Amino acid sequence: MLQIQNLSVAYGNHVALQDVSLAVAPGEMLAVIGPNGAGKSTMVRAISGIQPIRSGGVLIGEQLLPVHELSAAERARLLAVVPQARELPGAFTVYETVLLGRTAYLGWMGKSQKQDRDLVAWALARTNLSGLAQRRVAELSGGEQQRVLLARALVQSAPVLLLDEPTTNLDLQHQSGLLNLVRELAVEKQLAVLVVLHDLNLAGLYCDRVALVVNGRLQAIGSPQDVLTSQNLTDTFHVPIEVIRHPAYGTPLVLPDGVAHMPHTTSFPTL
Amino acid sequence: MKIIRVHPYIVNLLLLLLAFIASVAIGAVAIGPDTVVSVFLAKIPGVSIPVDWSQATETIIFRVRLPHTILILLTGAALAGSGATYQGLFRNPLADPYLIGVASGAGLGAVIAMSRSWPNDWLSLYSVPFAAFMGALLTVFIVYTLARTGATLQTTTLILAGVAVSSFATALTSFLMLRSSAEMQRALGWLLGGGMLAGWAPVLGILPYICLGLGIMVFLGHPLNVLQFGDDQAQQMGLSVERTKRIIIIIASLTTAAAVAFSGIIGFVGLIVPHLIRMIWGPDYRLLIPLSIIGGATLLLLADILARVVMAPQVLPLGIVTAMFGAPFFLWILWRSKSSVTW
Repeated sequence: MLQIQNLSVAYGNHVALQDVSLAVAPGEMLAVIGPNGAGKSTMVRAISGIQPIRSGGVLIGEQLLPVHELSAAERARLLAVVPQARELPGAFTVYETVLLGRTAYLGWMGKSQKQDRDLVAWALARTNLSGLAQRRVAELSGGEQQRVLLARALVQSAPVLLLDEPTTNLDLQHQSGLLNLVRELAVEKQLAVLVVLHDLNLAGLYCDRVALVVNGRLQAIGSPQDVLTSQNLTDTFHVPIEVIRHPAYGTPLVLPDGVAHMPHTTSFPTL
Repeated sequence: MKIIRVHPYIVNLLLLLLAFIASVAIGAVAIGPDTVVSVFLAKIPGVSIPVDWSQATETIIFRVRLPHTILILLTGAALAGSGATYQGLFRNPLADPYLIGVASGAGLGAVIAMSRSWPNDWLSLYSVPFAAFMGALLTVFIVYTLARTGATLQTTTLILAGVAVSSFATALTSFLMLRSSAEMQRALGWLLGGGMLAGWAPVLGILPYICLGLGIMVFLGHPLNVLQFGDDQAQQMGLSVERTKRIIIIIASLTTAAAVAFSGIIGFVGLIVPHLIRMIWGPDYRLLIPLSIIGGATLLLLADILARVVMAPQVLPLGIVTAMFGAPFFLWILWRSKSSVTW
């Protein structure tokens, strides 16, 4: 369970997030979308406790504990973050990297128990990395590195999972592979998942609900059909945007309109 | 190659033992390594070995060679251990107590204290290391603040800040030495890692700092591993980053300062040793730090033997020997790091 109440964050005089309230239930997957600089990454930083907040609060776990009053280790047991794969030390092996996800449970010496190693083996198997366990992270592809970060977050055994643009730099196959896996895990482990996504179609396809953030404010939140509308998106991105129905799943498909080199002949069946 | 990988501690301790015996054996009066071993074994209660060496030999070993060897051993251990620790803290393989200016800062602190209580005042055994510690802490703080751009620490800015702060500290040190009495000329030799105090006094002086520093340092491996992911991720993985970093800075600076206060400014040991260890045994700081401590002791003992042998009977300042080998090594790492992403 993740509950954000009237959250405001500021960098100096610049207000990055203003009065945002939302909740993610166990087993639910919420996409956070919005233009560049809207405050999506700030939201992840604030929720995970590394960005000081101006007002409001974030409550996590069954007991709804306030994130900003917990120690780093207590927080890491309740909330795991999958960052973008850009900043990952290359010299550790996949196994070492994932095991370090257990930091909140290990002592100062970092000595692992059988239970820790079993969990790592499970996470590696689940993210399809078992065969790469002894490889150095630097030797892996972008998609594999992103899975390493997911596995590292999974071994934190936290009920809340945040992902910050996990599909950036991934090809189509790895995009859908990763989000399918997150979706499965959300249901299987009853995780409350908040995922920042750039790709509106992925948000519509994989997430139960979508939150649209513009200029640090929560513009709309609800089912993909309710939020991903032509009106909402055109207003947000300042380009004409058409939304049609996915032929197989009925979810919204977002298409930018006004392509300069093509005459506009047919009109799309709008949602 | 396999034995090297399987038993890193055994390999390193064996090398250290050999360097230790060589260091005691080699000098103006040559003593055979077998004699050295016998003299030590004879001191163990219950071991009886026929005495076939002179009393003079025993005096040389226990009054001159052994304290000198132990001081060098502790200094090398401290420098390489803090080098590895700084590298983990700054997430940068080129962070060395000398290159980032911490050693010079400690040197300045030490000289300030010395100019008040030199020479051999019993008080200096306490005030010099303390002043060196303060100098080291201040330097780390300045260099870290200067080199930090946003959340990241660039190699170039780190080294540049280190060079600038180091030059400033060295200039102040030189000024202090030139201004004071002729006796301070001795300090120049000390500063180059040469004219160290002889006998057991400096060993007893350095021992508590080194024991405390290295004793805590070997427990910093796991938090340093986590810090390699950057401050934000480390925090999200459950490490209280600010507190951990503070402990790491204090311990590394204390250890560096102790080495500088008693042995002078000796560069590049903290760079070479962790780098070689990392190449052979990998990046896990839980292994890297203790192995660097052992390896640093070995390497500095070898450098010291060289310093005593090359121009015998004249003894070269140790800092000159390590720089002659270390600076080219530094350039090699720099050249290599241009083409590789891992370290």
